Amino acid sequence: MIEFTFWDIVRNLLLAARWTVLLSIVAFAGGATVGIAILLLRISKRRWLRQAAEYYIGLFQGTPLLMQLFLLFFGLPLLGFRIEAWTAAVLGLTLCASAYLAEIWRGGVQSLPSGQWDAGSSLGLHYIAQLRLIILPQAFAITRAPTVGFLVQLIKSTALTSIIGFEELVRTSNAINNATFEPFTVYGLVALIYFVLCYPLTRYTKILELRTARQH
Amino acid sequence: MGYALDFGWLNGAIGMIASGAAMTIFLIAVTTVAGVILSIFGAAAKRSRYPVLRKAIGAYVELIRNTPFLVQLFFIFFGLPRFGIRLDPVVAAMLAMTLNMTAYTTEIVGSGLDAVPKGQREAAAALGLPTWLVFIKIVLPQALKVIFPALTSQIIIMMLESSVVSQIAVRELTYEADMLQARTFRAFETYFIVTLVYLGMSIGLRRLLFAGGRRAIAGGMA
Repeated sequence: MIEFTFWDIVRNLLLAARWTVLLSIVAFAGGATVGIAILLLRISKRRWLRQAAEYYIGLFQGTPLLMQLFLLFFGLPLLGFRIEAWTAAVLGLTLCASAYLAEIWRGGVQSLPSGQWDAGSSLGLHYIAQLRLIILPQAFAITRAPTVGFLVQLIKSTALTSIIGFEELVRTSNAINNATFEPFTVYGLVALIYFVLCYPLTRYTKILELRTARQH
Repeated sequence: MGYALDFGWLNGAIGMIASGAAMTIFLIAVTTVAGVILSIFGAAAKRSRYPVLRKAIGAYVELIRNTPFLVQLFFIFFGLPRFGIRLDPVVAAMLAMTLNMTAYTTEIVGSGLDAVPKGQREAAAALGLPTWLVFIKIVLPQALKVIFPALTSQIIIMMLESSVVSQIAVRELTYEADMLQARTFRAFETYFIVTLVYLGMSIGLRRLLFAGGRRAIAGGMA
């Protein structure tokens, strides 16, 4: 049997944490991209598009992320796609993040006074230009705190991808735990690593919230 | 070659799905009651005169909110036996869920307490009510009314998150789904049905809380 020293455990966990970080970044970038598309549908002038986006958001916010991951992991092969744990993890987290981000940003768009739209029209800007130049920059600025807050949630959610077999922090810690029988140390360290990743972002959210509160 | 979806197994599986759903509902009910009660104490303690108490509650809230629920669950279930605390999976799940829930609801309840105008407290004190009665009869009902939507969302988030406790073999909805798909070899169909059950439960829970809860919470104590 291989002997694990404390530093072996730490080193292996830190190596695995790279995958947690990478998955979080990719899923956030993907979620933001798809989220903007969902946002555009959600604030569209056509009722059925708004309705469709609302159902999409409700679906992802009303079901467990674990189920979404299982459905992708077992469902996509049925459609003829070969799928690995990484693909299912990225896809699942991206779709889920897009729903949450679209809902957060919708709040930002709807909190803007309608005069902002009118001013855009009076300058002769068409719909896309109004969105790009006037509405979205303000909506993103207003919702920066909840957006960063959601990033914290997303980092924590990557832990679930261990269950469908993606080798990130939690899955590696399970393997190390099985080899060392030191669950207290191993899971304690895992919690610490997540805390170090998330806490600065949480602090940043607080600062942003205070800044917004002071402006109003 | 096309794949034909098959839901023929569903007839024999309704019982398992129902008992799993019942376990999920039981877990979230216990967590909600325990979590809300504890977080009222937590929020009050965070606003107390004792800096140690304030710091301790703050540290607990930040620790829980910045680590994944799955890791908290594993820590409690696998880590605590080292100190001779060996918990039954269901008890471990309830403990982990309650600890997690309380951290979030402490913040929610706290913001509700802050939202009650100071004059309410002063008016009640001027009428000669003792401090604890002012808190229970005047401040708390108004605070709960303000935070009701946020509290409802948190309860639903926790219910969805409870699918994770299947990983320590608590026989709730996700665990039953895992068992079913291992028996039927119809993984996609099984998880599809169970996802719909979760969706139904979260919509139902939201309706239920908004229909009955608001009046019960605000009226029960006033």
